[in-house]
Amino acid sequence: MVTPVRVVIALCLVAPFVAMLWVGSYAKTDPVFIGIPFFYWYQMLWVLISTALTVVAYQLWQRDQRARSASKGGASR
Amino acid sequence: MNDGVNGVALAVFIFFFLLVTAMGFLAARWRRAANEHSLDEWGLGGRSFGTWVTWFLLGGDLYTAYTFVAVPAAIYAAGAAGFFAVPYTILVYPLIFTFLPRLWSVSHKHGYVTTSDFVRGRFGSKGLSLAVAVTGILATMPYIALQLVGIQAVLDVMGVGGGENTNWFVKDLPLLIAFGVLAAYTYSSGLRAPALIAFVKDTLIYIVIVVAIIYIPVKLGGFDEIFASAREAYSETNPATGAPRGSLVPSEAGQWTYATLALGSALALFMYPHSITATLSSRSREVIRRNTTILPLYSLMLGLLALLGFMAIAAGVKVSNGQLAIPQLFENMFPAWFAGVAFAAIGIGALVPAAIMSIAAANLFTRNIYKDFIKPDATPRQETQVSKIVSLLVKVGALAFVLTMDKTVAINFQLLGGIWILQTFPALVGGLFTRWFHRWALIGGWAVGMIYGTVAAYGVASPTQKHFGGSAKEIPGIGEIGYIGLTAFVLNIVVTVVLTFVMRALKAPEGLDQTRPEDYTADAGDPGVKAELPPATAGSAH
Repeated sequence: MVTPVRVVIALCLVAPFVAMLWVGSYAKTDPVFIGIPFFYWYQMLWVLISTALTVVAYQLWQRDQRARSASKGGASR
Repeated sequence: MNDGVNGVALAVFIFFFLLVTAMGFLAARWRRAANEHSLDEWGLGGRSFGTWVTWFLLGGDLYTAYTFVAVPAAIYAAGAAGFFAVPYTILVYPLIFTFLPRLWSVSHKHGYVTTSDFVRGRFGSKGLSLAVAVTGILATMPYIALQLVGIQAVLDVMGVGGGENTNWFVKDLPLLIAFGVLAAYTYSSGLRAPALIAFVKDTLIYIVIVVAIIYIPVKLGGFDEIFASAREAYSETNPATGAPRGSLVPSEAGQWTYATLALGSALALFMYPHSITATLSSRSREVIRRNTTILPLYSLMLGLLALLGFMAIAAGVKVSNGQLAIPQLFENMFPAWFAGVAFAAIGIGALVPAAIMSIAAANLFTRNIYKDFIKPDATPRQETQVSKIVSLLVKVGALAFVLTMDKTVAINFQLLGGIWILQTFPALVGGLFTRWFHRWALIGGWAVGMIYGTVAAYGVASPTQKHFGGSAKEIPGIGEIGYIGLTAFVLNIVVTVVLTFVMRALKAPEGLDQTRPEDYTADAGDPGVKAELPPATAGSAH
């Protein structure tokens, strides 16, 4: 069943693929950050971004599951 | 390399080695269950690990000593192209978030120990399960061998690897001792040993990286200086190819290679038997999902570690064998005692995955070759015994491989292993979501992927090697240079889909599916899913 929450979860999980596989968007040296070329710090920044996105997906998923089992008859999970 | 033995570093190294050896043997008593003679106990640690143990175990498992040596070595050699390891590990987590919990649930429900167990249960095909098992074992063996290469690099730099002139026995003795000890505690403690040792390994690694990433740039004059000297080094012409040595940013042509390597490797990682072993040892479905949110910490560490490759260039480390670049950097930059800590981190970093990999390969052999084809009525106790012995044989085999053959052979095989293991993806992940694929079509797709991948990799030449010179080649029909494994994977899927239509049309028998849709979402505590499996179901559920 496609619900808005599940669409958001899917987007959170797909975003890192789009960002990382589109190498042309970050294959450049500038802007440099504390001496590190863009290419490197941008990808490391994405480690943090994708982690945050996975956390959001995880939280939403748990809420979604709880809501579903509650509607099925009040069991906690 | 370095003349003479670095005494202080060696003493620190030996201290940590003895510490983890003691832990390895004591691990047998850690959380021991009543049924210690079942494969669930020895091979999956009783399926009892919580979030943190699983986190350490998976981290210790996936980020191996070889990774620590090879990723910066690739950066040291050619620059940007080696950094694909970072997007690769970024992509792994959203991917496993979607399919690993399903694998955990169905495996827990049916007592599956390996991926082949699942494939056999889902598709009712011993042939397909054998194909998955053999691929897993073949891909794991050279990986274990490469862990030895990691230890060797550290021993070499410490000066105990022996020079060219020493007799082979003296030269290899330290390695033989390290592996003898590893084999002994894996045999007695099973998966609990690497799980416990992983705590020490990861703690050491984190300390070393944090110190290295602050201390070394300060000594070298900051990242500006480091990247300036790296840029200069990469622009020098390589006499073998006549082209520049590397670049700080991938060229237009290199971008396809970069992206396909990242995606292909990410898809392949959790097909490896040792990743699955660590996953199935966790206590509940939630442990896995929660882990996908904390495992990326290792990716961050890997990115920082990769930067050490640039530092090695800036520090003027000159090695003919790139694998030695990072150990040599530590030796040059750190005081002797801390170099010892760093070497211990890499050395122990080799022991943890080597133990898990040998357990995983042994489980595959026992469950999907021994039990399916040789002795169908094996008791859980016999299964465990066979697994223990096979884990020894696998390690001896890896050792013989490293000592008798050239290192490049192990590296070539590991490259092939990555291409091969990816070909089990349609059967495993496909099977977790749909039963639409036909079992014989999956075998067909697998075979085509394996053959294409092997032939294509054989045909790649490099300035130093005529065959297996790299893992990227022109993608037929697109014309860009891409990862062979991913091309083979796409081919595999196309063949599988086409053959499935053919098999359907021919009304070929589907095979029995033992699983039910609700098995894929079951969690510990649900009716019919026990928190810890009793020994009877562990051995005989199929």
